[in-house]
Amino acid sequence: MQLSVRTRFLLWAYAALVLIFLVGPLFVVVPVSFSANEFAEFPPVSYSTQWYGSYFHDPTWRDATIRSVKLGLTVTFVSLLCGGGVALALARFRIPFRGLIRVLAMTPLIVPTIIVALAVYSQYVDFHLVGSFWGLVAAHTILALPYVVLLLTNGLQQIDEVYEEASSVMGAGRLTTLRRVVLPMLAPSFVAAAVFAFVTSWDEVVMVLFLGGRMTTLPLKMFTYLQTGVTPTIAAVSTMLIALVMVLFIASTAWTRFRRTA
Amino acid sequence: MALTTLDTTSPGPSVEIRSSRNFASYGFGLIAVAPAMVLIGLLFAYPLGRLIVHSFSQPTWSVTNYDNVLTDPTTWRIMKITLFIALESMGLCLILGYPIAFAIASLTPVRARLVLAVVLFPFWTSILARMYAWEIILSQNGAVVSVLHHFGVTQPPNLLYNRVSVLLGMTHYLLPFMILALYSTMITIDRSVCEASSSLGASSLQTFLRVYFPLSLPGVFTGGLLVFILALGFYVTPATLGGPRDTTIAIYIQQRVNELEFGQATAMAVILLVVVSLLFFVYDRFLGFERLLRQGG
Repeated sequence: MQLSVRTRFLLWAYAALVLIFLVGPLFVVVPVSFSANEFAEFPPVSYSTQWYGSYFHDPTWRDATIRSVKLGLTVTFVSLLCGGGVALALARFRIPFRGLIRVLAMTPLIVPTIIVALAVYSQYVDFHLVGSFWGLVAAHTILALPYVVLLLTNGLQQIDEVYEEASSVMGAGRLTTLRRVVLPMLAPSFVAAAVFAFVTSWDEVVMVLFLGGRMTTLPLKMFTYLQTGVTPTIAAVSTMLIALVMVLFIASTAWTRFRRTA
Repeated sequence: MALTTLDTTSPGPSVEIRSSRNFASYGFGLIAVAPAMVLIGLLFAYPLGRLIVHSFSQPTWSVTNYDNVLTDPTTWRIMKITLFIALESMGLCLILGYPIAFAIASLTPVRARLVLAVVLFPFWTSILARMYAWEIILSQNGAVVSVLHHFGVTQPPNLLYNRVSVLLGMTHYLLPFMILALYSTMITIDRSVCEASSSLGASSLQTFLRVYFPLSLPGVFTGGLLVFILALGFYVTPATLGGPRDTTIAIYIQQRVNELEFGQATAMAVILLVVVSLLFFVYDRFLGFERLLRQGG
């Protein structure tokens, strides 16, 4: 379809506005985080780094951050282990109830988290698991599993089984083939799955709200701050989170560029 | 290479080899899925089943919980609010998302990847940071109000903790999903069909309306239903950007739990679960939700 110059211009002008709508708000928090005032205002009248100071000197913020990192990493590890098994079985092995297993591994993606949180909460109350770190790990793993299974199954399906057959023809056992042939080829999908799993836990607040007990994670602390009145400390935290994503984003883009040219 | 040709040309022996391998892999498969299935069974399937049973059995076997929820005009209003917020944010996502997805789909793959990276940037950013950003933009000390001041508006409208702020926050959260859904359908559309249409004398508007748009409809349905399902159960945005008049089903469930009214909370949760499952069934019939994530990853 040949678009006229004017249509094309209008289309891209509209697209640019939508992109600004998507990305622009994120950068509004940056100047606010450097505000010297007691409350959040945009644009700030004078600047300081006090809110970064109040984040780094407040042990509750620090604890919440450390807990979130630990939780995220543990969830990543557990979900890669569990999800990797499911992906392997779905893509390579013959298993009974294949369809059911697929559906079970995927449905946590569709059921609203609030419902899962409520259901798991009433079970955790019975088992005294509310407020336990491993209880949260298990709950977040459920949410992360669908992404891991999807990404790893897709990754495995793109790898030709010929390599595995070659490996076994040459006398390698199943585990050796898995370790030395399949896993190295699957590395890009593994990284993608790990990122999805980590972010799922890192950004999750509803499960923590229900199951965390007295435990606070970084998102939960931000959530309570947002609900109770806003000090610019959260602007400092948000700015650092956005900067972090940006750095990782640029790094991953540069990395894929590098790999394509290398 | 030799092995693949062997596999395709002479299926006989290769099937035999496979089946003898598969006999052993039956056990491997079960061991491989066991941890995940135990976890999902204990922490997803069983609790959800229990939730459904409890919604009827607690405190005694009856439909009292549903009766309480469904005869209360307040809960009907809450369901209506949830439905409207979901429909409105779906509509906004379509209006904002369709043109940009169309524009991205017309780019070369390398450039498309670049623009998609920008689209996905908020998707990777902390949702709470995003909600906070909207609070700053819409608050009385915020960006919009200061711009309005600049233009001489001394009595700025209240922009925060109402339907406007909820819809902005929801649309901001959901739009990347919509764009991905539309884009993944649009890149599969064969451009030569459009060329055929214009070479047969159709104007570009006619070509768009009668050829391109109908072909992009699967993406519209997929994106729309996905966004609608996500919006129905969403908690964070209405909780942070909404006011008392924007109480959605998710907020209602959380509030009932806080007040230890588990009966009403579970009944409402089951109602939402049934609605979402039905919608998902329709959704899966259309395209399946997996092709979406392939783009997202």
